[in-house]
Amino acid sequence: MTRTLDTTPVEAASPAPRRRFRPSAGRQHHAGPLTYVLLVVAAVVSLFPLYWNVVAASHTGERVVEAPAPLLPGRRLLDNLSFAWNQVDMGEALVNTTIVASLVALSTVLFSTLAGFAFARLPFRGRGMLLSLVVATMTIPPQLSVIPLYQIITDLGWFDQLQSVVLPSLVAAFGVFFMRQFLVEALPTELVEAARMDGAHSLRIIWHVVFPVARPAMAVLGMLVFVQAWNDFFWPFIALTPDGNPTLQVALAGLGAGNHTVDHAVVLTGALLSTVPLLLVFAFLGKHIVGGITAGAVKS
Amino acid sequence: MATSVRAKRDDSPPPAAPPASPGSRRRRSSRGGLRSTLHRWDIKATPYVFIAPFFLTFAAFGLFPLIYTGWLSLNRVELGGDPTWKGLENYTDLATSEFFWNALLNTFTIGVISTVPQLLMALGLAHLLNYKLRGRGFFRVAILAPYATSIAAATLVFAQLFNTDYGMINGLLGWVGIDPVDWESSKWPAQIAISVIVTWRWTGYNALIYLAAMQAVPQDLYEAASLDGASRLRQFISVTVPSIRPTILFTIIVSTIGATQLFGEPMLYGGSVGISGGSGNQFQTLSLLMYEKGWVTGALGQASAIAWVMLLLLLLIGGVQALVSRRDRTKPRGSTS
Repeated sequence: MTRTLDTTPVEAASPAPRRRFRPSAGRQHHAGPLTYVLLVVAAVVSLFPLYWNVVAASHTGERVVEAPAPLLPGRRLLDNLSFAWNQVDMGEALVNTTIVASLVALSTVLFSTLAGFAFARLPFRGRGMLLSLVVATMTIPPQLSVIPLYQIITDLGWFDQLQSVVLPSLVAAFGVFFMRQFLVEALPTELVEAARMDGAHSLRIIWHVVFPVARPAMAVLGMLVFVQAWNDFFWPFIALTPDGNPTLQVALAGLGAGNHTVDHAVVLTGALLSTVPLLLVFAFLGKHIVGGITAGAVKS
Repeated sequence: MATSVRAKRDDSPPPAAPPASPGSRRRRSSRGGLRSTLHRWDIKATPYVFIAPFFLTFAAFGLFPLIYTGWLSLNRVELGGDPTWKGLENYTDLATSEFFWNALLNTFTIGVISTVPQLLMALGLAHLLNYKLRGRGFFRVAILAPYATSIAAATLVFAQLFNTDYGMINGLLGWVGIDPVDWESSKWPAQIAISVIVTWRWTGYNALIYLAAMQAVPQDLYEAASLDGASRLRQFISVTVPSIRPTILFTIIVSTIGATQLFGEPMLYGGSVGISGGSGNQFQTLSLLMYEKGWVTGALGQASAIAWVMLLLLLLIGGVQALVSRRDRTKPRGSTS
């Protein structure tokens, strides 16, 4: 606000003294102190529950349920970790989750890139209509499919097996739309046509033209889908069991319901175990993820 | 402009326009031989091959179950048993069930309490992040960290913070002289606590989406506004918000869909009584009721009917939102870019 007040002598001398030249007004304003205060508050509110998760996971169960709640880390983190790892088998859940999230991310990225390329750069009958259909399917909640899917996986003997949570998530409408939006902007039609003129068939074009151009978006989509698959709850909760072959979220649900222990420190250690791998990914790749979220949304 | 040039080359029709001249391409192929026939098939079939995985997956795990759920909702189905025809009875049962209306109302109130403040705060945060800042990258990643936290982990942590007896939030309230609030068994406090979890996880994500849209607003709009002497707040209300209206609508749709299917937060927040949404069903949502009917009571037909009610609700909401956005678009508006 202070900036709008200073007028240079040149401007003051000009015929319209109220007029000030402000290049790129919207973004170039410097933030005032109040902006920083509010943003610091937002950052603290965002990060404090995660910090407190670490604090609670490093105390005894008795200390966690005592008022006033602990604010500084204690010394029990390793004990809680080994208890959660051995007694509650968070280790197996961690491996399962890694497998599921990796498979889902890989296949979603691959299929989404192929479909996104087709929607962006290949002419075919019904393209516009089919693209609208892809977008429309995003609004259908999983609740509409879980009952038949539950019956099917039970009949196939896939209950509590990882394939029952991987297969329905092999490709997602969001991914197709995301890659299509990216390739419409990033892949010049001329590049595809030049390759065609040279006699390249579609697989060659995918490999030598589309993948190199799409790589950054594929990486971002892969991370977004990985995060989502890692945290998926509703269907895994139905298809898997906490004591059988769970993902982390399902195992946590079992812990939270008091299946194994009422030791809240151990429960929160489980929560911490399920979050830390993703937070590490964020710490290293956060900027790219931020960029990916914003890139996917501008055009929608 | 490039399209008109390209349209004359027969074997590569313009990408933007629908293939309007299949005849000319067919005639052309006769001069080729095997290679050109393959090429023609490649061009024709490849797009469908590329989109097939999505549509096959959707058909198998989305569309078929959706229709089958509709059929089940017209039957009496026990877990593991054969269906018997009941017509619309499951739906009329719902209409007279106080549990259904309670769950519907809870879904609505939790939806409003969790979405409206969330999107307003996200809008404000995006505005702040749009200033020239020190530590911009840090602030962005920090407000996105809750998005990386799972529903289960976030809810388990917040359940401790909101604990009525020893939780830090009642501790803070006591510090400023407010009596302890019963965040578990009182209806509104419990619904507010659940909404806080949802809001915590999604505000930063939505703020970043708004921020991206704000950065795409043409600068000359702000210049024109400031020439007219508009204050910063005035610019925010009459330039920024109208310009990012499509994005706001998009986030409203996404949040509404999310709110309609809310499941994990109330379930885990309720601990051992999570599936019934608290001891008095005070925060049982439609999704929880559906799960309870299907997997606790074992009445899959009734659970299917609840699922279809959710679909109809979403279609209704979608229809209203489509109407709103169409009305927006037909309004004369200079700022649409």
